[in-house]
Parts: sequence; structure tokens; C-alpha cells
Amino acid sequence: MVGHLTSKPGSSTANKTGSWRTEAKPKFLKKNCIACKMCVLICPEGIISGEGKNTFYCDYAYCKGCGNCAAVCPKKDIEMVKE
Amino acid sequence: MVETLFKPGHTACAGCGQAIAARLVIDAAGKNTMVANGTGCLEVFSTKYPESSWGVPWIHSLFENCSAVASGVEAGLKYLGKKDSINVIAQAGDGGTADIGLQAISGMFERGHDVLYVCYDNEAYMNTGVQRSGLTPTLSNTTTSPSGSASLGNPRPKKPMPEIAAAHGIPYVATASVGYPQDIQRKVKKALSIKGPKYIQIHVPCPLGWRHESRMTFDVAKLAVETGLYPIFEYDNGKLIPRKITAIKPVEEYLKYQGRFKHLMKDPEAIKEMQAIADNNIKKYGLSATV
Repeated sequence: MVGHLTSKPGSSTANKTGSWRTEAKPKFLKKNCIACKMCVLICPEGIISGEGKNTFYCDYAYCKGCGNCAAVCPKKDIEMVKE
Repeated sequence: MVETLFKPGHTACAGCGQAIAARLVIDAAGKNTMVANGTGCLEVFSTKYPESSWGVPWIHSLFENCSAVASGVEAGLKYLGKKDSINVIAQAGDGGTADIGLQAISGMFERGHDVLYVCYDNEAYMNTGVQRSGLTPTLSNTTTSPSGSASLGNPRPKKPMPEIAAAHGIPYVATASVGYPQDIQRKVKKALSIKGPKYIQIHVPCPLGWRHESRMTFDVAKLAVETGLYPIFEYDNGKLIPRKITAIKPVEEYLKYQGRFKHLMKDPEAIKEMQAIADNNIKKYGLSATV
């Protein structure tokens, strides 16, 4: 017998959790970024990408607006702005 | 989208510390990994049937037996001659580790299975509504250890789970924190390079249960380490290697952001008690960089 089996890896991407945001969303200012990647590491959704300085962005389809990326940025280059 | 083995769309709360740690762990372990997951927040929010956030083979059975499942997976891989190329991770929350799953973990350590056990320590049963667990810290307000006129909150100290794991004589035991993400990944990679049972306990803030703002997850995790209330260290073959703190902060710095410790802020005696716990940790693990 096969019980609860989910065979498709990463299928949770069907849930667009971006609709959860109630107050603010992160804005990547792309001015003083030093590409330390702390925002990439700390994002609970794992949706921030980018390689070099001033190239980072996030996928608003999943961003829940927790604000940790803005809190962790050592250069204050991410700002939480009203929706 | 960034390449990760823990996909978005999971239903963790905004600012969930466990979601951060789970992704860091699985990405450090890589795609040749099999995961046995105990019941808890992580299992519930990452596998909302029929979907899954995981990009690796992942098994959930029960609260108490995730180590037993992982032991079986490891033994099966060994029989097939595939163990050398595949990592096995068992993971659960603090309740599934220190309370309900403890005997299966002890058995797995004692039998010497080549499994990495990861405990996501959010310091209470958050999934069922913030009941106290064996890893709930002293004087914390939970729904089963409420603070009020007759009590200051949880009367008991935190269970020394890393020491319990180390007492089994296993080759690698470590604690880590979401406040130090690179440190988590380094420890996972180091643990997986060692043969035998390994234990890593990661401090993961819970905005809902700790009642802090969701944007404070990283800062709260870091403050727990900087005050000495959550010591970060490794037992490498029994040898203690602490992560030193350059500027130790008073415990109020950590407690003041959290609703679960709010009742302590008007009680200098209780703050003293918490400071004594931190001071004891600093001495016991040699956390101070200046001494």
C-alpha cells in the first residue's frame, strides 16, 4: 500500500505565498550593496537571488514581507516600503 | 530563482527561523541526501499535502521515531553498498528531540549509525500552540507555564541536550544559531565529512511563540548568543571548541524584544537569575574572548 506519497519535488511552489504580505515589501535600493549575501542566507523563503554588487532582487510572488533582509543588511541597502 | 533544495511556497509564518535553518542545512548537505523528519512545525509547513518543498527524498513517520526511520534508511543504504555516496539526515524540533524522540535518538547514537541528527530548537511546542518542552528556557512564559502572580513562568532549566548527545561518545556534537548562518553551513559540512552519529542543535527564533516582531528573527538569534544565554560550541571527539564572544551583552538586551520574557522586565530579581544562567554558560564553555 502506498500512503501519502508526494512524488514531485519542490511542488510547494504552487502556493504563491506573496499574498500573505500585509504591510510592507522589501525594496532593493542597489546603491551601497557589497554582495555579502546575508539577505540571501537569511531569507526564510529562500527567494533572494543575485551575484555581484547591486544585483540582488527577490521574488515577490513568495515574499511574506517579514523584513529580515532589511534588518540584516549591513549597508542599509534594503528598505521596507508600503505596498 | 535561486537554486535551493528547499523551495518557497511553504506555509511557515513570516520570519520563521526554522525555515531559514532548514534551507541552510539541506543546501549545505547537497542533493545526495535522504531526510527523515520528525513531526513538528517543519514537517507541517514544508509538506502541505499533496505538495512538498523538498528537493530530496524525504520521509515523515511519527514524532518519536524519526531517528529509528533514519537508522533503517542508513542500514538499507549500507546493504545496497550506497552509503558512502549518500548522506542521511534525521531532523526534528526541540519537542521531538529532547522529549518524545529521545529514546530513539539514544538508540541511534548507541548503535553507531552514520546519520546526522539536526534539532531545530525553538524552545517550545510551537506547532501545537506554544506548550513548554524540555528545551524551554528558565522563566519563559508558555501556555503550559504561564507567568502570573503565582509563577514567573517555566520553573525548570533547559535540558542539556548537547551534553546528553556527547555523553554517548559520538564523534561530533555542535550547537549553532540562525544568527550565524555561515556557521550552520560549515558545521553541517564538517559533520557530514565524519563517519558515525552526529548531533547539531540549531537555535531558531519563532516570532509567534517568542512574541517578537517577524523582522527581528536574525537579531534575536544573534543576541541570544552574544548574551551567553545560547552558547555556540562544538564537541569534536569530546574536545570542547567554543565560539568566543568579543563583546558580551547584558541579558536584558535579548529578553526585552520578546513577549515571552516581558514579565521579567519589571522584576530585577528575575533578571539577576537569568544573568546568572548566562554567566554560568560563559564560564562553563569559556565563551569570553577577553579572558
